[in-house]
Amino acid sequence: MTNEILFYFFAGLAVLGGVLVVTMRNAVHSAVFLITTLLATAGLYLTLNAEFLFVVQIILYVGGIMVLFVFVIMLVNLDVALHQVQFNRQTWVAGLLSFALLAELLAAVALARSYGEENWLFAAPHVPTVTAEGNTEQIGRLLFQNYVIPFEIASILLLVALVGAVVMGKKRI
Amino acid sequence: MPPQYIPVLIFAVLAAAFPAVTLLIFALIRPSTGAIGAKLKPYECGIAPEGDARGRYSVRFYIVAILFVIFDVETVFLFPWAVDYRLLGIYGLISMFVFLGILIVGYVWLYRKGALEWV
Repeated sequence: MTNEILFYFFAGLAVLGGVLVVTMRNAVHSAVFLITTLLATAGLYLTLNAEFLFVVQIILYVGGIMVLFVFVIMLVNLDVALHQVQFNRQTWVAGLLSFALLAELLAAVALARSYGEENWLFAAPHVPTVTAEGNTEQIGRLLFQNYVIPFEIASILLLVALVGAVVMGKKRI
Repeated sequence: MPPQYIPVLIFAVLAAAFPAVTLLIFALIRPSTGAIGAKLKPYECGIAPEGDARGRYSVRFYIVAILFVIFDVETVFLFPWAVDYRLLGIYGLISMFVFLGILIVGYVWLYRKGALEWV
């Protein structure tokens, strides 16, 4: 029961944040609401007992990717965007199509429910049980015992990204 | 949600409630007369601000940002290693040193190229 309450809270927060990201005029405000959405998604991962994914979502998306977003916002000239029309004239067409899609999805869910709960597509997500060994410990054991070579290759991938960033960002090498 | 994350949840609720409650209380107790002109200027707080804070930044900041993201990804690999450190023992230590060694080659390279110098 608590899990359901938390799921609907985080899901609602994510959808609300997403709507605000699109409707905010100021790009910096959009970025702040994108952080809300990403944090709510991290909360959703935690309700599924995926602790490692929760931490990675916060470290990488809220920490890293948002830094890149905010830097892009600071690098481009936003004064032009502030004076442009934010929405185009096709609001009604888009709204009609969205509601058609929503009706279709609801009909599909209702149809699947009528065939029984065990339907593979619309069944409730299977929440893995909490084991004594946590999620992060399992991933660490798997990564360092079974997949050491891919792990070392990942560092070469990061090295390539690092060299590429410096080569593209610097005027003279 | 795993039960050991309940303190995290309580902390998050408190962190969200603190600014909201603060803003609410200050909205109730501050004087509501509209200040104009010189009253809005900072008093004895340095030079009056000029222009907009949302100006364009130098592209040089972008290199720093991208490098931060790369070392951020490295942290993601360090995290399960640190959690499993006792279990993995000397073998995990060596594999992590190889991983970090490859990245430190890149760090030494960019340092010697002067990618972090400011002129």
